[in-house]
Amino acid sequence: MKYLVLLIGDGELPPWSEHSEQEQAEVMRRFEAFDAACRDRDGVEILAGEALAGPDHATTIRTRGGSTVLTEGPYAEAVEQMGGFYLVEAPDLDVLVELLRILPPYDMQVSPAVDPY
Amino acid sequence: MSAADRALERVVREEWGRLVALLLAGFRRLDLVEDALGDAVEAANRTWPADGVPANPAGWLMTAAKRRVIDRLRTEDVAARKQPLLLTDAQRHQEVVRTMADSGSLVEDDVLRLVLMCAHPALAPESAGALSLRLVLGVPTADIARLFLVPEPTMAARITRAKKRIVGAGIPFAVPDASVLPERLDVVAQTAYLAFTAGYSPGTGPDLLRAELSGEAIRLVRVVLGLRPDEPALVALLALMLLQHSRRDARTRDGRLVLLADQDRTRWHHDEVAEATGLLGSRCLSGPVTPLTAAYVLQARIAAEHATVATPEETRWDRVVHLYDLLLQVAPSPGARLARAVAVAEDRGTAVGLAALEGLEVPESHRPAAVRAELLSRAGDTDAARAAYDQAIAACRNDVERAFLLAQRDAL
Repeated sequence: MKYLVLLIGDGELPPWSEHSEQEQAEVMRRFEAFDAACRDRDGVEILAGEALAGPDHATTIRTRGGSTVLTEGPYAEAVEQMGGFYLVEAPDLDVLVELLRILPPYDMQVSPAVDPY
Repeated sequence: MSAADRALERVVREEWGRLVALLLAGFRRLDLVEDALGDAVEAANRTWPADGVPANPAGWLMTAAKRRVIDRLRTEDVAARKQPLLLTDAQRHQEVVRTMADSGSLVEDDVLRLVLMCAHPALAPESAGALSLRLVLGVPTADIARLFLVPEPTMAARITRAKKRIVGAGIPFAVPDASVLPERLDVVAQTAYLAFTAGYSPGTGPDLLRAELSGEAIRLVRVVLGLRPDEPALVALLALMLLQHSRRDARTRDGRLVLLADQDRTRWHHDEVAEATGLLGSRCLSGPVTPLTAAYVLQARIAAEHATVATPEETRWDRVVHLYDLLLQVAPSPGARLARAVAVAEDRGTAVGLAALEGLEVPESHRPAAVRAELLSRAGDTDAARAAYDQAIAACRNDVERAFLLAQRDAL
């Protein structure tokens, strides 16, 4: 299955900007460990993954009554901190969750992509 | 009831989960399996009384259910529809799809897969409980609805939604890695306990307890313990459930609530008490255990303090208070603080008990006010007791308990 993993909030971690250099290095180490674990695991592949610019740079697009309205900022408060995402191919939710534990303990949302076939 | 009816009832009761598990392992179609098995039971209901009970009743049901699934799959092939499949670890390891084991050789591991799938942490706890009772034990949807106090169509929809979510979210029919299996079994325990307490002490509705349905949650734990005999959380939970369940026949009289101290102790199920105290002595509970297991053990030991004395006067309240102190360290909760305050009042007097109640609130519960009322009444402060009873009655959503509180207030 294909899963979109949204790194949606810092959880119990301090915000990135407040990390010491050492803490930042630790976070980076965990991202690398996640990459490696996904590579080593049968049936798992990271199809895409990016860090995202902060909420200040997000634009929300809504179409109401046929007209498209842009507003500054993220869609909802919940995604205000969204820092990045992965698109991962994984055999099932259990395998994915096991691997995601390697990442820094962010709050995440996992949504399966719909299989069109 | 005829011999055929009895045989059918027995095989459904004892083999349902295994049959579901085997069908899922073979076909991976969560949407078809339950209906196919239901049809097989219906066919047995028609033919067994005339043809006699088959030599292998479970095998007979298995064959009939398999045939139904295959029929449905053929129909779908014609319609060229593709249904989402349940993910199995057979698929995970890209093994050849296993051939269907004959029901003569039922695979225990498949039942464990089924249990772990139903009680998955990604399912809402109530859905997980309902699904476990339905798929692992074959409890009729109407009974599950009654247990959780919802209309039957609501429960049927909830179960259908949970099955769709399992397939849609990619919850596998698999035993997870050994490193996470204990915490997954903790979720199984929590799921079973939620289903148990739903029947034992419902917050609303006309029945004080629906004991026979709580008994089904005990059966669920027994099934899992049959697969993982020394799992500490499950051993401790079974002890706790048995001790609470052992009082079911004494907790009401003529539809009215009977307090622990007033219960006819000869009506407690002492065989269950004995089994529970035996479980509490298990070797698997003597080493370090998880906080969840420790909380179950402590609650069970508190229940055992009550269950093993012949009269309320013999209760060792000092030990009960001590056990609550430990419980509050492991798993602090307003409910446990309230129960501790009651024990403190018994052990050290009403005034100390009232002091222990100070500032205690349990959201959406009438119980703190009810306890305060009882203690104030004992202390002779009738006006304050009446006010506290009024507060408790206003907050109480269980008919039997409200009737009890009204009677207590009027007797002031």
